[in-house]
Amino acid sequence: MKKYRRIWLLPLIFGLVFILAACSVKQSKNKNVYQEVKQSKTITWGVRADTRLFGLMSVKTGKIEGFEIDLAKALTKQILGKDAKAKFVQTTPKTRIPLLKNGNIDAILATMTITPERAKQVDFTKPYFPSGQSLLVPDSSKIKDVKDLNGKTVLAVKGTTAVDNMAKFAPKAKVLEYDDYGQAFTALKAGQGQAMTTDNGVLAGIASENRGYKLVGGTFTQEPYGIAVNKGQTKLLNKLNQALVEVKKNGTYHRIVEKWFGGVPGFKEVENE
Amino acid sequence: MGNFAQAYSWVDIRFLLQGLGVTIYVSLISIALSFIVGLIFGFIRNMKIKYLSAIVGFCIDIIRNLPLLLIIFFTYFGLPELGIVTNPILASIIALVIFEGAMLAEIVRSGINAVPIGQMEGARSNGMTYMQAMIHVVLPQALHKMIPALLSQFVSLVKDTSLATIIVLPELLFHAQIIYSQNSTYLIPMYLIISVMYFVVCFSLSMFASHLQKKFNS
Amino acid sequence: MIGILTSHWSEFITGFGNTILCSLIALFFSLVLGIGFALLEVAPIKFLRIIAKIYIELFRNIPLLVITMVFYLVIPQFFFKVSGFVAGTIGLSLYTSAFIAENIRAGINSVGDGQMEGALSNGMTYTQAMRYVILPQAMRIVIPPLGNQFINLIKNSSVLAFVAGFDLMYQADVVALSSFQTINTYVIVGVFYLILTLPLSYYMRYLEKKLN
Repeated sequence: MKKYRRIWLLPLIFGLVFILAACSVKQSKNKNVYQEVKQSKTITWGVRADTRLFGLMSVKTGKIEGFEIDLAKALTKQILGKDAKAKFVQTTPKTRIPLLKNGNIDAILATMTITPERAKQVDFTKPYFPSGQSLLVPDSSKIKDVKDLNGKTVLAVKGTTAVDNMAKFAPKAKVLEYDDYGQAFTALKAGQGQAMTTDNGVLAGIASENRGYKLVGGTFTQEPYGIAVNKGQTKLLNKLNQALVEVKKNGTYHRIVEKWFGGVPGFKEVENE
Repeated sequence: MGNFAQAYSWVDIRFLLQGLGVTIYVSLISIALSFIVGLIFGFIRNMKIKYLSAIVGFCIDIIRNLPLLLIIFFTYFGLPELGIVTNPILASIIALVIFEGAMLAEIVRSGINAVPIGQMEGARSNGMTYMQAMIHVVLPQALHKMIPALLSQFVSLVKDTSLATIIVLPELLFHAQIIYSQNSTYLIPMYLIISVMYFVVCFSLSMFASHLQKKFNS
Repeated sequence: MIGILTSHWSEFITGFGNTILCSLIALFFSLVLGIGFALLEVAPIKFLRIIAKIYIELFRNIPLLVITMVFYLVIPQFFFKVSGFVAGTIGLSLYTSAFIAENIRAGINSVGDGQMEGALSNGMTYTQAMRYVILPQAMRIVIPPLGNQFINLIKNSSVLAFVAGFDLMYQADVVALSSFQTINTYVIVGVFYLILTLPLSYYMRYLEKKLN
């Protein structure tokens, strides 16, 4: 029995070994992403595939389609020339920053709001799309405003600003978090909460395809989207900012906005922002 | 019933079958590799080589006592930090091989242990080396004993691929989620059909397993 | 790494507590269901055996995540509201019970027909023989495999993260996303899981050795 008693120490030792091993893994990356994309003539974009209008995987073709996909293609061509390729990696709000930091993707173009906390982790371009948080509820719902959510259950997506904002606008609301918008909306349909909250554009996309749901509460935040690159990739950041200005000037941006948001009420004035 | 007819249109079924293809592809590769890994490491652990066996044993115990979901995160987010660029398929396969390999190593260990020690001693006293005795006498008996456990672990592996939806592996469950999140009336038809698909794949694997077992026993 | 642990201590502890709670509840129900279906599987009535077989094969061959999702998303549309924690616990119980039933059935079979016949010829009814003679012996044999099922159950409880079940893995996501320290957070959570599973796993190996 004496020998056996010592076994209880093992978890502790393992835990320590494990922590040490993980710490040594951490290393900074000094590579120049712009140099790499220029050589390979490919930019790998982290995009969404569960968000109607912005980036949605087509069941028919298996390809992702949407405003951000078209914008990414346009920016890629603007930066690297006509024969350059845009590669798309599907991300969720949970996976996108780790994937950018570990080098799996070159830039995030995935309905990502520019925030001071995130700006400590990644570098943002100038905003490319205005956005604000709103609410999606069933038609029969009595919820009219974000304040009505106190005491209710709200569904959101892990790693979005919507989660943090709830603490500010409706501190008594219970927030359940899911991995993507599809899961959150399915949970809303299943009655797991009284409202779903995220950016108005995302919710408009869902409401346009699902009868019986409406947007309420207007937009109670101002959260423009920006493209994110890894810290220190100044060259790529500058090129992206430059390309954004250029696609706006030559009308490509206007065309893409018209294509995706032309028929959606409330998004006419997007490009003036 | 209209939902069902619409939900099972060719476009949707094809999309699901693509997902099923990825599930099977990832499963088969992972089964083959994890079996090799499990055999080798289970073996090393049993050889009682000073230090090496103990270290291998530690690692196996840590890995098989962690949730697979964590291992998937580690491979998807951690490997690139070591300079290995991963995509969801590669990360899933590596995670499955590490995790299931450790589970299989444990099965191999207890399988070898279950062979009476007299077998090894007898073989050794007949002039065989340790390796010869292991390969010709102990291992065949051990393998025979562990077949049911091995195969049920393989079935678990197939089911476990569904956890990789979390890193957007385009497998069966994930493709079903894409379909029903775009048309939420398809929710029930989708869960019905993927349950059937998973069941058919896993159950036939189980059937094949018990068939093999009977063959071995006779 | 210590910084994350101390600044998010309450999240980790809530998650740890929920993981333990969910595992214990699921252990209880999967044991009850598992013993029940194991008894049906060896019952002398064919109809009962078929029902048990269908139940066991069904839950053994469908991924836990799919079972849990069905309880979380489909059941509320028809019957009653199921929270993520409850859906996950139900899914875990059903899934694990199928494995436990198989283990216990194997245990009962290994006790041998002679025991049953002896008990019956001593004037016991089938139920009595099962209850007082066969089952106690079978349970002793199956303790190590049951222990392993419990370890699997704890690990599998991480599916609660998919359905907002506030378990350890869900909290890990929350902490990782607010601290931006993905790997470190998951390492901490890994240690939490090991605190639960590793001692159990060594105890099972010790038992296994003792029984041999």
